[in-house]
Amino acid sequence: MMPLPRFALARPGSLEEAARLLSDAGAEGRVLAGGTDLLVNLKHGLAAPRLLVSIDRLPELRGVSVDDAGALVVGAAERLADIAAQVLVRARAPAIAGAAGLAAHPQARNMGTLGGNVCLDVRCRYVNRTPLWRGSLGGCLKAEGDVCHVVPGGKNCMAALSGDTVAPLVALDAKAHLVSASAERWVSIEALRGKDGRTPVALQPGELVRAVRIPAAPPNRRSAYLKWAVRHAVDFPLVAVALVVDAGADGAIESLRVVASVLGPKPRVVAGLDRFRGERITPQLASAVAEQVTRQCVPLPNVLYDPQHRRRRLGVMVRRQLDAWVG
Amino acid sequence: MSGSPSVLGGRHGRIDGAEQVTGAARFADDLSLPRMLHARIVRSPHAHARLVRIDSSKALSLPGVHAVITGRDLPTPYGIIPWTTDEHVFAVERARYVGDAVAAVAAIDEATAARAVAAIEVEYEVLPALLDPEEAARRTDVQIHASKRPGNLTKQVDLAFGDVDAAFAEAPLLLENDYAFHGTTHAAIEPHCALAQVDGDGLLTVWSATQVPHYLHRALASVLGLPARRIRVIQPPVGGGFGGKSEPFDLELASALLALRTGRPVKILYTREEVFLAHRGRHPTRIHARTAFDRDGHLVAHDADLLLDGGAYASFGLVTTYYAGQLTSLPYRLPAYRYRSRRVYTNKPACGPKRGHGAVQPRFAMEVQLDRAAVHLGIDPIELRRKNFIGENTRTVNELRVGSLGLLACLDAVERASGWKERRGRLPRGRGLGVAASAYISGTNYPIYPNEMPQSAVQLCADRSGRVRVFAGTSDIGQGSSTMLATIVAAELGVELADIRVVAADTDLTPVDLGAYSSRITLMAGHAAMDAAREVASMVRRAVAKKWEASPKDVSLAGGLAIDICDPSRTMPLADAFVLAESAFGTLGAVGSYNTPKEGIHGDYRGGTIGATPAFSATAHVAEVTVDEETGDVVVEKIWCAHDCGKALSPLLVEGQIEGSCYMGFGEALMEHHETDAAGRLVAPDLLDYRIPTSLDTPFIASTIVEAPDENGPYGAKEAGEGPLHSSIPAIANAVFDAVGVRIDELPITPEKVLAALDKQREEQHRR
Repeated sequence: MMPLPRFALARPGSLEEAARLLSDAGAEGRVLAGGTDLLVNLKHGLAAPRLLVSIDRLPELRGVSVDDAGALVVGAAERLADIAAQVLVRARAPAIAGAAGLAAHPQARNMGTLGGNVCLDVRCRYVNRTPLWRGSLGGCLKAEGDVCHVVPGGKNCMAALSGDTVAPLVALDAKAHLVSASAERWVSIEALRGKDGRTPVALQPGELVRAVRIPAAPPNRRSAYLKWAVRHAVDFPLVAVALVVDAGADGAIESLRVVASVLGPKPRVVAGLDRFRGERITPQLASAVAEQVTRQCVPLPNVLYDPQHRRRRLGVMVRRQLDAWVG
Repeated sequence: MSGSPSVLGGRHGRIDGAEQVTGAARFADDLSLPRMLHARIVRSPHAHARLVRIDSSKALSLPGVHAVITGRDLPTPYGIIPWTTDEHVFAVERARYVGDAVAAVAAIDEATAARAVAAIEVEYEVLPALLDPEEAARRTDVQIHASKRPGNLTKQVDLAFGDVDAAFAEAPLLLENDYAFHGTTHAAIEPHCALAQVDGDGLLTVWSATQVPHYLHRALASVLGLPARRIRVIQPPVGGGFGGKSEPFDLELASALLALRTGRPVKILYTREEVFLAHRGRHPTRIHARTAFDRDGHLVAHDADLLLDGGAYASFGLVTTYYAGQLTSLPYRLPAYRYRSRRVYTNKPACGPKRGHGAVQPRFAMEVQLDRAAVHLGIDPIELRRKNFIGENTRTVNELRVGSLGLLACLDAVERASGWKERRGRLPRGRGLGVAASAYISGTNYPIYPNEMPQSAVQLCADRSGRVRVFAGTSDIGQGSSTMLATIVAAELGVELADIRVVAADTDLTPVDLGAYSSRITLMAGHAAMDAAREVASMVRRAVAKKWEASPKDVSLAGGLAIDICDPSRTMPLADAFVLAESAFGTLGAVGSYNTPKEGIHGDYRGGTIGATPAFSATAHVAEVTVDEETGDVVVEKIWCAHDCGKALSPLLVEGQIEGSCYMGFGEALMEHHETDAAGRLVAPDLLDYRIPTSLDTPFIASTIVEAPDENGPYGAKEAGEGPLHSSIPAIANAVFDAVGVRIDELPITPEKVLAALDKQREEQHRR
């Protein structure tokens, strides 16, 4: 058995109390949501917080609703399994429901939350290992060392963004509502994720995610989350991409967003897709977009699969999805 | 006279099924004793290093730490094969792989033990590590085991049968190819766990998740220097073994010594990483195969050069080295055969026996060679196999005796079930069918350590309650050996399965059985149970006959009754019949035992006994795959497997073994890979990165039981636990070729390998 380190566990009954506990604990406090990521990392000795603040008794972090502007607001403590099944989410943000339903496996989805998935720590073949293994390696930028084994000579940790919901949330321009004892703010999911895997989530000490807000979809929106992993369950993605296409009534593209993940720590928003505005989705367009995605997205040897293969597959996934939307 | 035909061959479940699925079964880690300590093992971070110094003082000064033991405390070497005892519980002079055990700490709980492990200071002098088997075989300057000949060989076997060179010189078709079978591990869901206790009289009891309580018993006596009569080994229910628990491990010996030292019970539970490090999985094997055929597709000669990457210790490697050559000589007639098989030490976790031990890797090569020949010669691959069938009641070229062998019926069954004749060759590009076949042993003719004693034994006891107890040393590791014993006893005595208690694998209570390996238990312990049950049945029938003034042969025991077969209206409840028998004969019991036939089973050349078995099973697979030519994904749509187990005593359990074997072979073919990086660290030391298929990934498996009874099997029964794995892997590889015309000769068949092969194919087509 891998024993957990010692920590104190608090189960506050209100958001205010939770925020105060986190604020008091500062860097030594962590939010405990489903625990499917955090507890494993604690067992691996990757963190040793003094206090875990459970959010399982906070009504403020629950619920799925539509606000006055028509945006979908999902509580951070909503379970992935519930989000995958939720009619509102499926109707208004099918890519999010799809991503939540593809995460991990049923047991983990029953525990794991949207907030936890958004804040999921980055993963790396050199980091998510036991102390014996990391000791044999001699550590790395993110754990017990000062070199990167993924990008030799690299100054930033290049572990992989692995939360399934992040890419589609970025593609849908979602924002997170962050709350602390003294303040609250809205920050885009894209900005929430850091470019250095040592600080994968841009939360201030004492802050927690209360909810995620996904703006109302225009008519004629199509969206998808495509995940590749060797197995159909359990696995984190080896490469993943979210596509969002908004079209006019005539089928001409008004906006095309493609966001890839499992490259480095940050989601990659594919640039320069504006040039396809006004075009209809055709097989030629599908190939051109796929080529652009492949050019810009370079998987790294941070997860266990050949980066070249992952890159090639990303292009195939994007092209096939657009092909399916032709017409 | 066998009583209840509905039991033998009936579709009953396992006698421990309800206990297992309700969570009532208590596995090793479920056991807890008062004052129990938890121990953890310190492991080497280096692939090859000399131990300079171990300082335990800081660990011992931590509150709650009770004892630390190191290599000095256990100087006696051990190993499953008596001729290759090259292991120590803890490294004595050097550590030979990343994860090699160096010391152990016992403490009041696991967290304290984990802290104590971190507090033990070990100074190493790092030595050059050998990770590639070819390099290890070549290098003489680095010796992983100092006592061995230069070149790090565990074992080399060179054998030739028939005039191989002459056959090659004349053959019209010669196929020469290189194959690589990768390393895979068992991935049993229950991690290894041992609990040791010393009672007030000094008796040492060890509970362990093992497949071989008897060999563990011997190792404990030898390494601890205790008489075997002062040691008791108990095997609780085991959550899967597959060969990964079939030899003594450091945790069993370490927990025993720590219990002796501290006077308190001590438990060690492996982490999942430790299970991967303990390994003993399938040897990565490079095979250079030359195979000659005549114009009609008959095999005329086969020549194989095999290099087995053994890892740091011998384990069963001596046997593996032989199996890799010996068992390729059937199920096909092979007029001339030569092999060189070498097993090399490397600084990696030790390889050993995994389901299908030693024969799975060369089977892959042979079945793909046959497929290539079929394509070359334009012969249907199933027909090619029929043509080459070795036959029954014959001998292989290397002189192994073959009794029954239902291969043709297996081929017929998968041909029919898969729609082979109608569909093969008519499927669209990207979809394909592949076939492969194999044969496997039902136990080995000789025990691991030479002796004349029985390989299996059973004690049977019945009494006036109507209840029957079966005492056997057999290890039920999920394959259902206890159910097998109960089925046989139920059939012979006419009692219900529910009225039989099987007491198994407790060296204090049960007679010796050699363990759950090489698919031996049904044939061997089944015989012993049958003999004991028949003796008890005879006593019961005689006692009843006396009362009825009838002949014992007219008394049948069935359905919980004694029945007069001349007047079926005259019956007696079995409990009453047992009363009569107890009154007539005293305590109602009998023993049975089994040893293998020794005459005419094998050749008398050196190594000729290895591969010899009382009976061979036969198997055929057809796999259907879809290949995505853009991503390289191979989806196995369906696997049809027909397996000749002689006689299915419990068909549900046989089907379970077929399905489990197909599943495991499928995972090995496409996903699983036990590999190390450039420094000898495991690349995938957990079940997230070592990818065993989930139920969503697993193809539909259609099982067919074929029964070609063997005179050496109880009721004709042969093995079912390992045979159905062998040909599953080449069937998938051959189906990939059928689908898209590329051969992947280096396992596993991953998308990037398929894509690379398809890219090459496209390039060649483009050039033409």
